[in-house]
Amino acid sequence: MLNKRRFIQGLFTLVSAIICVLIGLALGFIILVVFSWSSYSSKGVPYTVGQVFSTAWEQGFKRILLGGFYNLGWKIPTRSLLLRSEICRIAPLLMCGLSVGFAFKTGLFNIGAAGQYTLGAYGALMCALILKLPWWACLLASVLFGAVWGAIPGFFKAYFNINEVITSIMFNWIGLYGVNTLMYGNGKSVMYNANESKVWKLVNKNASAIIPDMKGDGSTLFNKVFTNPSTIAVFIAIAVAIVLYVVLNKTVFGYELKACGYSKTAAKYAGINEKRNIILAMAIAGALAGLGAGLFYLTGTEQWNPQENTALPAMGFDGISVALLASSNPIGTIFSAIFKAHIATGGPKMEKTLFPSEIADVISGTIIYLCAFMLLFKNKLAARVFRRSRKPEGEIKK
Amino acid sequence: MDDYVIEMLHITKTFPGIRANDDVTLQLKRGEIHALLGENGAGKSTLMSVLFGLYQPDSGEIRKDGKTVHIKDPNDANALHIGMVHQHFKLVDVFSVLDNIILGAETTKYGLLKKDEARRKVMELSQRYGLMVDPDALVEDISVGMQQRVEILKMLYRDNDILILDEPTAVLTPQEIDELMEIMRGFAREGKSILFITHKLNEIMAVSDRCSVLRKGKYIGTVETKDTTKEELSRMMVGRDVSFTVDKAPCKPGDTVLSVQGLTVPSKLHSNNAVKGVSFDVHAGEIVCLAGIEGNGQSDLVLALTGLEKASAGKIEFCGKDITHSPIRKRALAGMSHIPEDRHKHGLVLDYSLENNMSLQRYFEPEFESLGFIKQKKVHSYAEKLISEYDVRSAEGPYTIARAMSGGNQQKAIVGRELDRRTKLLVAVQPTRGLDVGAIESIHKEIIAARDAGTAVLLMSLELEEVMSLSDRILVMYEGEIVGEFDPQKVTVQELGLYMAGAARQDISAASDAAARGGIANA
Repeated sequence: MLNKRRFIQGLFTLVSAIICVLIGLALGFIILVVFSWSSYSSKGVPYTVGQVFSTAWEQGFKRILLGGFYNLGWKIPTRSLLLRSEICRIAPLLMCGLSVGFAFKTGLFNIGAAGQYTLGAYGALMCALILKLPWWACLLASVLFGAVWGAIPGFFKAYFNINEVITSIMFNWIGLYGVNTLMYGNGKSVMYNANESKVWKLVNKNASAIIPDMKGDGSTLFNKVFTNPSTIAVFIAIAVAIVLYVVLNKTVFGYELKACGYSKTAAKYAGINEKRNIILAMAIAGALAGLGAGLFYLTGTEQWNPQENTALPAMGFDGISVALLASSNPIGTIFSAIFKAHIATGGPKMEKTLFPSEIADVISGTIIYLCAFMLLFKNKLAARVFRRSRKPEGEIKK
Repeated sequence: MDDYVIEMLHITKTFPGIRANDDVTLQLKRGEIHALLGENGAGKSTLMSVLFGLYQPDSGEIRKDGKTVHIKDPNDANALHIGMVHQHFKLVDVFSVLDNIILGAETTKYGLLKKDEARRKVMELSQRYGLMVDPDALVEDISVGMQQRVEILKMLYRDNDILILDEPTAVLTPQEIDELMEIMRGFAREGKSILFITHKLNEIMAVSDRCSVLRKGKYIGTVETKDTTKEELSRMMVGRDVSFTVDKAPCKPGDTVLSVQGLTVPSKLHSNNAVKGVSFDVHAGEIVCLAGIEGNGQSDLVLALTGLEKASAGKIEFCGKDITHSPIRKRALAGMSHIPEDRHKHGLVLDYSLENNMSLQRYFEPEFESLGFIKQKKVHSYAEKLISEYDVRSAEGPYTIARAMSGGNQQKAIVGRELDRRTKLLVAVQPTRGLDVGAIESIHKEIIAARDAGTAVLLMSLELEEVMSLSDRILVMYEGEIVGEFDPQKVTVQELGLYMAGAARQDISAASDAAARGGIANA
């Protein structure tokens, strides 16, 4: 009976997350209608309300909702590059979300996912282009590089009580410019392709470093969808999410990490080595973000541009919103990452002359903002349901 | 026709899983001191929170001077001249005393603060009621007793004449308690009405006019204090007879379990040492009590013994092994359990469920762990066992989040967890703090049972009554040093008080004489 109550509370969390998503989408649609209306009124020709709404829907909102299914309508997907690149984005988003969410669970705010992601990208690409290692070894390298970059702020936090937010932000920029410098190497780096002014494509230098896909012969639907750039990366990421869930909720290690996160002093009292745990938690968070970069850059869709990449990779910060929407639950993060990748793919497909593609960011921004209210929704829901189910002459439970 | 200033009629308040107040009626007369008595979790604080506007009752009505009122928030309560001092004070640490008192009720002119007027009023109130405070001191620098006076002045400054005090004496020294009672009587003489929540029957008998009793959320009755006895009150509160004397067999000290030599602990507050070269032994099968007024180094001594703080000099030997620099886990595994002073900071992971808190010291043992995984079923059944053995009450049993439990039940959970480990040494700091007489009785019994089973107990308590009844040997600490060692059979409370206040002091030879009397050689 008590387990049922906990189940219901979990359900409330889910329902309130969905409410947030719906409100965010509704707001996005309202903004699109406003844009559509203003463009009609500026033309100076007569128009109807129906036209305003249909433009906002057909050329804007529908495309966001379709995401990677744009070009396909609501039909069963065929071999669509857009859909495959949407799937390709899920893995890094999910990993960055897990990185931030895991740190949250252990009481740390890992705003350094962007830097760890950058280092992970470097680790993967260096092993692929210089050492010519196969894909799995490159992935391990990305994990390692990210872990080190996460562990350093953790070390400062544990031994000098320096806030991990400040160190992580600094390490984001150190990482970004450090990686750019190494990859560019004054134009002479082995990794740098001067003709394209980008890092070499994996296909040209070391095809074995590309994460395997389903070798799309198009025979089955599965094969059609999981053809490069959509690889097995997304399955790896989902597996990591499940492992993380188990570690956090079922193991001694997770028990200790969460105890440190909830109360450092009580953890210390219980004899838990809280310094070690802080460093470990940050290292794991870093490893997750690093792996995310590996899972993205080893698909070969995009090349790092060391001269123009002077902004931190957005993936690291999108990870924060993905984690927030999922209340840091690793399983929930899978779904929030899919959602975020979906609307981010749809955004740029809107009619550019009418709607700025940033509307997709407005939608996710609204959703994140509403996440703060999620607790409120949840409590309201709980109050309603439990009030009704209360027995009138209930006794106090012991 | 009685002159009731406040009437709470048939109040019912339900939280998910628990009925905190069930048809409770409380009537407060003008100018009386009315005690509200009940076990931990009986619903006293909930009832007062309803009166102060922090909670809305599900049903029932509140009347002020016979007229029905709706108190939606503390501002409404304030407008009705109802003031409350919470168990945990609500003060801004970095503000001065004066700023804290006027906060929210500032007198201004052209939008600028007019502190002179406020200061005059505060000083006048302070003198009239004997509430001595330094208006310019920062709250973080003043004693707990003075902080409480600041809270009381806050109520007076707002012209409140119905004063709610939630366990006001829990944090005070015996002298401060006497002063507070005198102040309360002064209020009553002026026609102010006082509602105070407490567990301590002695205080009710000493100061209150009437007493209302709650048990498990239900209203049991109201009695005139002068017509009742402690025994009757405790029977009303607990529902059975409670014994006030601790029965225990004479102590049979065994081997030395803990030996402390020249221990020095630096203070966090000032550059002096909090503990200055203290030496003592604790033997198997005896209860040694550290007595003293709060802030004389007892807490720091305990933290150093348990490993939460580092000692700067000296040696701690535990069962013959030097553990001065051992990590906490190693001390726990060697057989040390610790009921910490601060249950929120150290004792519990507040956001963990009760069951996870119950295994906080044992989750890594083979009984609860295999291959790195936690055996949640075992954790659950272990928690259920402790919950029933130590009568820990909560809304959802083992699943309750520790934060949602009442303070007394949190304490019972910690005590149960630490006593159940049956270790060689139990370091218990204020083990019965905030508990009702029934729970105190059973915890005292458990501690004595542990002693009789051969556990060495180092008890730190600010309650002299507890010190006298429970201990086999008393060490008095004053300003970081042990200034006396006593046999509780041969010393009076007054005598102890002199040593605690630093007015008397045994020399070393006297101390060892006292030790010799107990048949114990002190290092």
